[in-house]
Amino acid sequence: MPLKKGLPAKALFYPMVAIALAALPMIIRSNYWIGTVNLAIIYSIAVLGLNIILGLTGQLNIAQAAFWGIGAYTAALLNTRLGWPFWATFLVAPPTAAAFGVILGFPTLRLSGRYLAMATIGFGIIINLILHNWKEFTGGVDGIPGIGAPVLGPLKFSTNASFYYLALVCLILAALTQVRIKNSRMGRAFRAIKDNELAAELSGVDTFKYRVVAFALCSAYGGLAGQLFAHRTKYVSAETFFIDMSILFICMLMIGGAGSVAGSIVGASLLTFIPEWLRFLQGPWAMAIFGLAIVVIMIFMPTGLAGLVKSIGSKMVMRLWPDAHQEPAELPRKASH
Amino acid sequence: MRVGNQANTILEIRGLTKLFGGLLALDSVDLSLQTGEIRALIGPNGSGKTTLLNLVSGVYTPTRGSVFFKDQSVANKRPHLLVKEGMKRTFQNARLFRDLTVLENVMIGLHGQTRGGLAGIVLSLPGIKKEEGMICDQAAEALQFVGLHGQAKALARNLPYGQQRLLEIARALISNPSLLLLDEPAAGMNPSETSDLVSLLDRIRQRGTTIFLVEHDMNLVMEISDVVTVLNFGRKIAEGSPTEIQNNEEVIQAYLGKKARYA
Repeated sequence: MPLKKGLPAKALFYPMVAIALAALPMIIRSNYWIGTVNLAIIYSIAVLGLNIILGLTGQLNIAQAAFWGIGAYTAALLNTRLGWPFWATFLVAPPTAAAFGVILGFPTLRLSGRYLAMATIGFGIIINLILHNWKEFTGGVDGIPGIGAPVLGPLKFSTNASFYYLALVCLILAALTQVRIKNSRMGRAFRAIKDNELAAELSGVDTFKYRVVAFALCSAYGGLAGQLFAHRTKYVSAETFFIDMSILFICMLMIGGAGSVAGSIVGASLLTFIPEWLRFLQGPWAMAIFGLAIVVIMIFMPTGLAGLVKSIGSKMVMRLWPDAHQEPAELPRKASH
Repeated sequence: MRVGNQANTILEIRGLTKLFGGLLALDSVDLSLQTGEIRALIGPNGSGKTTLLNLVSGVYTPTRGSVFFKDQSVANKRPHLLVKEGMKRTFQNARLFRDLTVLENVMIGLHGQTRGGLAGIVLSLPGIKKEEGMICDQAAEALQFVGLHGQAKALARNLPYGQQRLLEIARALISNPSLLLLDEPAAGMNPSETSDLVSLLDRIRQRGTTIFLVEHDMNLVMEISDVVTVLNFGRKIAEGSPTEIQNNEEVIQAYLGKKARYA
């Protein structure tokens, strides 16, 4: 089989990235910064979820922090109350969050744009109020302490460096899953709904079903991010999962490039690290500059980093950035029959 | 593939009425389409043509009356289900998926006929790959049929308007519909594109697809239609062959105007 053009670059690029990612804890060394990388990975997974509902399907969901929280509390409660191990909460937290996604998706089927956005804000606030006030169940303002570190058989991921590898594997699987979804019949249905919901329905797409599925997938990713978060910080409390995080997730997605898998990860990582880099500023200045940076980026790059990469149009970058542009499907040879 | 010669009804409309608030958009319209025919629906602006298409395709719910597609009522059926049963339509202003490629636009037209689910997609099962290849092949064929195969990789938004209309038709044709509803397919086309459209409609008919067409271009309507139905202020005022319609006094008065002459 002849090699395709561009393959050598890819063949070199991916192993190099893999080696760099594997060696990262040895390069960084600082426990604090590895912890920040872990947080960036967790945020990336939550933003990948948001990419399905907002980036691909075009539905503005301002409740991703709530799904993230549902995943985190599911893992926290199962682990601390019932003693469920990491792998068990890993299997249960994403579906639980997805179930809540369906609960949000169904009644909002006929809403779109700002009305949908308002409904999701309301949902996020309700979830947060429940986490905050249902003392017997969620621990109220005290939250839930004492969540166990992830253990898989003989492997214990209690240090930041070891947790990094676990989180990285989750992120890679989450991203690969999403690339497959995006380029499938289902992903086309999502993107069709984003472009023109009526035309999608009249082309044969059950738009109600796929909107609910998009909500469910979005929240499943959020739930996975929450589960990892709970086992990493070993403590959850309601204020972490407030609306400001939902908005931050949206900023991460927009800056990375809505619709782009790689962009979601880059955007989430960037906005996790920028506040850390601005720490020397102390106090309110850091947040003011952070906010200003987001505004400036959105003005000059309305399509995010993925859009920027696309518009630079460098073929090299295109090849290395797996889905910065929409790969057009190959036109097949004429059907033979 | 072609359905036999016996006249059988594919679409039956009885007493169809639609009120928008106090506005009577459609008033007790009866209409029946035979399998294999090309039917044109004409009438002045605001006479209820697009409303009728929206009622037939399930976008609107009728105030009164009923629509039967293949002897089954379309009431309470969401549009994608009617698509599954073989009814497809295009829109007055091309409604494409502008950020998808031309090929992907057509591929979506086969959504109701395929079934790949989440598990298969995530695990990339062989059945999914096979189905995806099949969708791709058929989409390429549909593009070839309307003459857009050279543009498969372009984004839909970058096509000139006339080709966008053709792309919409390809998206409808990929699932091999038995009834095709076209809402002003020639709008925005230049004369040479319109004459290509006439031959395209003819080839679609030869595939055994029944065509129900709303159109303002009278030359096209008179050239291609078997039967013409005329609406005015929401009511059916005439129905007959193109020649009959051209000589119908009420139609000439209401719609064509006194100066109209057609060879």
